[in-house]
Amino acid sequence: MSAATRTISFTLNGRPVTADVKPHHNVVEVLQNQFALFGARESCGQGLCGCCTVLVDGQPVSGCLYLAVFLDGAEVVTVEHLAELGKLDPVQEAFIECGAFQCGYCTPGFVMMSKALLAQHPDPDDQQIRDYLTGNLCRCAAYPEIVNAVKMAARKSKAGSTG
Amino acid sequence: MATTSVSGGQVGRSLPRLEAREKVTGRAEYTHLMQLPGMLHAKIFRSTVAHGRIKSIDTSAARKVPGIYAVYTSDDVRKVIPDPYYGPAFHDQPILAIGKVHYVGEPVAVVLAADPHVADQAVQQIVAEYEELPAVFDEIEAAENKILVHEELKPAGTFADLKHLKGRKGTNIALDFRLRRGDVDKAFASAAHVFEHTFRTQKVLHLAFEPFVAIADYRNDSITIYSASQGPSIVRTEIARLLGWPENRVRIKVPYLGGGYGGKLYIRMEALATAMSMLARRPVKVALTMEEQFYTITKHPSTFRIKSGIDKDGRIIARKCEVWWNGGAFADVGPRVTQKSGFTASGPYDIDNVSIDSYALYTNLTPAGALRGFGIPQLVWAYESHTDMIARALKRDPLEFRKQNLLRDGRPQATGMILKDAAIEKVLDRIAERLNWKQPFDRGKGVIRRGRGLAVALKAVISPTTSVAIVNISADGSTTLYCGTVDMGQGSDTAMAQMVGEVLNMPAETIRIVPRDTDVTPYDMGTLGSRSLFHMGHAVRLAAEEARAKVAALRRELGEPEGSNAPLADLFRKKYGMQAGNIVGTGTYKPDYVPPDASGLTPNATPFWMVAGSGVEIEVDTETGHVRITRLINVADVGKPINPKIVETQLSGASLMQLGFSMFEKMHIDGGQVTNASLADYKIPGMHDVPLVMENETVDTTQENGPFGAKGVGELATFGVSPAIANAIDDAIGVRLTELPLTAEAVFRALRAKDNRPLGDE
Repeated sequence: MSAATRTISFTLNGRPVTADVKPHHNVVEVLQNQFALFGARESCGQGLCGCCTVLVDGQPVSGCLYLAVFLDGAEVVTVEHLAELGKLDPVQEAFIECGAFQCGYCTPGFVMMSKALLAQHPDPDDQQIRDYLTGNLCRCAAYPEIVNAVKMAARKSKAGSTG
Repeated sequence: MATTSVSGGQVGRSLPRLEAREKVTGRAEYTHLMQLPGMLHAKIFRSTVAHGRIKSIDTSAARKVPGIYAVYTSDDVRKVIPDPYYGPAFHDQPILAIGKVHYVGEPVAVVLAADPHVADQAVQQIVAEYEELPAVFDEIEAAENKILVHEELKPAGTFADLKHLKGRKGTNIALDFRLRRGDVDKAFASAAHVFEHTFRTQKVLHLAFEPFVAIADYRNDSITIYSASQGPSIVRTEIARLLGWPENRVRIKVPYLGGGYGGKLYIRMEALATAMSMLARRPVKVALTMEEQFYTITKHPSTFRIKSGIDKDGRIIARKCEVWWNGGAFADVGPRVTQKSGFTASGPYDIDNVSIDSYALYTNLTPAGALRGFGIPQLVWAYESHTDMIARALKRDPLEFRKQNLLRDGRPQATGMILKDAAIEKVLDRIAERLNWKQPFDRGKGVIRRGRGLAVALKAVISPTTSVAIVNISADGSTTLYCGTVDMGQGSDTAMAQMVGEVLNMPAETIRIVPRDTDVTPYDMGTLGSRSLFHMGHAVRLAAEEARAKVAALRRELGEPEGSNAPLADLFRKKYGMQAGNIVGTGTYKPDYVPPDASGLTPNATPFWMVAGSGVEIEVDTETGHVRITRLINVADVGKPINPKIVETQLSGASLMQLGFSMFEKMHIDGGQVTNASLADYKIPGMHDVPLVMENETVDTTQENGPFGAKGVGELATFGVSPAIANAIDDAIGVRLTELPLTAEAVFRALRAKDNRPLGDE
């Protein structure tokens, strides 16, 4: 494809980076092909399943629809950032303890969306969790366990921040 | 069989999945995320007509797109694979269409490029011309054989009972299974009541979030295929057959699967990737999009005409079942679905006179295969709706009517096999208890009406099938398991490790499971039909027991005192003078099976019975037809659960998947074209579709011939969901739906029809 390439600069998981991207490249492609990060992955390709969820300036976005050029100057966080130093994030711990996944393909997306939820609502009720995570789909349907995991993560985060 | 030797304290533990950390950190391996050096991407040009002769394929414009590597059609494929037809039951599916297309979406040509966007763009430049032929989409119409999907039937020869179909012409029927028990006609003649109903199910699909994918890396004397496959051994056998090679030159590697549900069985993208890699002499990745999954494999739509005769005491004395399975353009495993589900089409009831006819049909639709239940959910939908309708017509309590007629251990099932370890009544009783069935139920009076319903089911597991496992104890005492069961989310790696740990008295977390690789992991028939925990479980148990026996022999050889528990590492050091050596145990398991005779009867249809049911409470909005499931109860007989937590999530997940198939999922098809081939238009269950109250329970049982008393789980909670909901709708508002899905529109139309104010067809 002969579209013009643009160089963008952004912060990826706390590190300054640059990338050469074409106008049609989406965030998932750039993360996978230029930064070897595969936690965000494309599934439905329409921004409906949430498997590609990453945080851009703290906001969850669908990496399969969000064009990479828009990352210029932004702060991007992917699932790989959460346990970079070996210690799992409370959300990740809670997902494991609650058995909140089966095949695991959608799990990084759910984890990132749950991070965003807890940043806005540190102590969410069931309805808030269901509403917030309604844009993430799980074909194995681990939904009841995911709701439990988010509540457990809220408790863990609270205990972690006060203790 | 002594299969319950308990020592290690590992069986029955609810430990998290062994690969849990990899999954929550995004580091678990999936084929869709893999790349190889030098790899090309394949994009597929697909048929736009449902049935037609290919007049021409013009690839000249595509070849001019800058950056493409090659464009291939079946003419090219046949240069490297002269007879490129595959399929588990029939060799009817070409790698790329040859001469004719059989459904909208059939692969016709392929573009290869290093950049998938370039390949995509080039595919848009291909033009094919077809001479359109009349097409048949409905299974009942297909059975009339007026329009033929294939000129001649081509059974694969792998199944003995299909051989008689070889070369048969003039038919769309790929298999007709019949079962005759007792004298149905005589029983109907003497029955006090006879009921006949027809039920239909729609076309739905697996939609695994990791779409179908394979990467083939062909070399002159070997090929390695990385695949999201539920059956690496089957894929190896089939690719070796296509190439005319011995199996040891074909290697299939399978990491974790991003969902399977029966879709990733047999050949999917592997044959196409193989042909492309042979032609291009480069590694080739065939990775489908979500949309393309709608053109690959689906569940079988079905029509089920069921007729029952009841005597004056309320006993079911006769049942006649006719089932038509809409198999789409290629048979895939449809003939197996047709036969194996046929065994239990009359349901979990004790009926002396049974007649079953089950037909696998070709149509001009996307092929259909196995989807979490091998046909059983379609059958249960019909027979448990039918059973409820009879009870209500006879003014009998649906629970009591079922209990009066239930099949119990020690009695012959329809095949003649004596039922054993099938807790049908226990399961039904627990559903009823949880629903407080005996207590009065408030059905409401206003716009919102309430109802409750239940259903229970029986399944024979696919048989006979073989599993092989190897347990390898290294010189430091650490232990590795080699088994071909694919972990697609069901937690099999964890369960298998628990069984090894149980036998060898080691924590399951310390057992290493080798990722599936046919160069390394031994034969397994496939991860399907809830067979793995039982079949592979036995193979794993046998392998671990052999290793344990060898350890004991080594202790004796080394003069260890009786009862000594010197660490394994010490034994190796003592034996070999240093940290060296291995102890290897192997296990092979294949249960007994007797194929059905000409009347479909056999004393041994299955190594174990699968039993489960569901109960629901619902609310129906009579102004909109909207049904809200307020409570969903799933109860199953899994024997002794190996990992109770994973069992629970399996039951919960299966029932929610079936909830989607029951309430809204449907492939809309217009002239053979799927008109909702995306997640935007084809809705699957999300957070808000989960019933507010969900309860999952396993009854306290033991599968006596199972490994550690256990048996399979994966499909169980799909069985009862659809009829339980339809029965609850009838309970709430007195209308009966006989076709899935149970949409608000369908409910509302039925309500208006009941009020003699039917809606038009708009």
